[in-house]
Amino acid sequence: MTCKEFLALLDDMIDGTVTAEVRAELEAHLGRCPHCEVIFNTTRKTIEIYRSHEIYELPASLRDRLHAAIMARCKKGC
Amino acid sequence: MPTIQSIAGELEPHPDVALIERVRGGDLSAYDLLVRKYERQLFRIAQHITQNREDAEDVMQDAFLKAYEKLEQFQGNSKFYTWLVRIAVNESLMRLRKRRTGKMVSIDEDIETEEGSVPRDLADWAPDPEQNYNQAELGEILRKTIQGLPQGFRIVFVLRDVEGLSTEETAETLGLSIPAVKSRLLRARLQLRERLSRYFHRKKAVRKAGVGK
Repeated sequence: MTCKEFLALLDDMIDGTVTAEVRAELEAHLGRCPHCEVIFNTTRKTIEIYRSHEIYELPASLRDRLHAAIMARCKKGC
Repeated sequence: MPTIQSIAGELEPHPDVALIERVRGGDLSAYDLLVRKYERQLFRIAQHITQNREDAEDVMQDAFLKAYEKLEQFQGNSKFYTWLVRIAVNESLMRLRKRRTGKMVSIDEDIETEEGSVPRDLADWAPDPEQNYNQAELGEILRKTIQGLPQGFRIVFVLRDVEGLSTEETAETLGLSIPAVKSRLLRARLQLRERLSRYFHRKKAVRKAGVGK
């Protein structure tokens, strides 16, 4: 497997949507290509960081205000 | 995290279905529960697209109102959450179009979508690189980095990787084909990785530059 072929399957590898056979090939490539190993690990880490850090938080006070406004307008529509 | 539909989805309807039935029967308190359940996600998605807090507030409100008004049209073929997200995405894009002549024009440094498709930065990151920054600094880095992505990549990444929609749901929500979602997701992930690498390697790069002098 070449690096280009590995890259084409990177998402499937990360998302776990490859067959056992393909996974074995991808893992074999990772074992002998430190560059692809870095790309794989840091891409996975990128996703994990964005998943675990809420960068646009909705503060409780704003949430309450917006929630109340939505419900008030829905009530009017009844 | 969005609720994952059980494999036996046919036999066990999604918990939202019962709430929707109650709303249709005139029980507004059931809609209150649905709003509470999804308001944070909708706000986040709207903010990611509009990149403007006030717009995100308006989009969130309008999306829930629109969903309420159109609830009779909800067929139940897709999850209520996916349907709601589609409304919020459309509302966000509409708001963005109104502002188009303003600040959106400046986010164009990597409109050339080839950037990041071929990974260049091949140096490894430190273990838990986010530990080198406090919460505020890290938040700023993550915001800045994702804001720099082309819009079409950013939405796909947010829906798929941050909000946990499936590839199929993301395609349906955005009106894209599945291959298009897959291709955009790969590019989005690689571009974000490349851009985050700059921050996470900064200390190392500075040291190297110093040695080279």
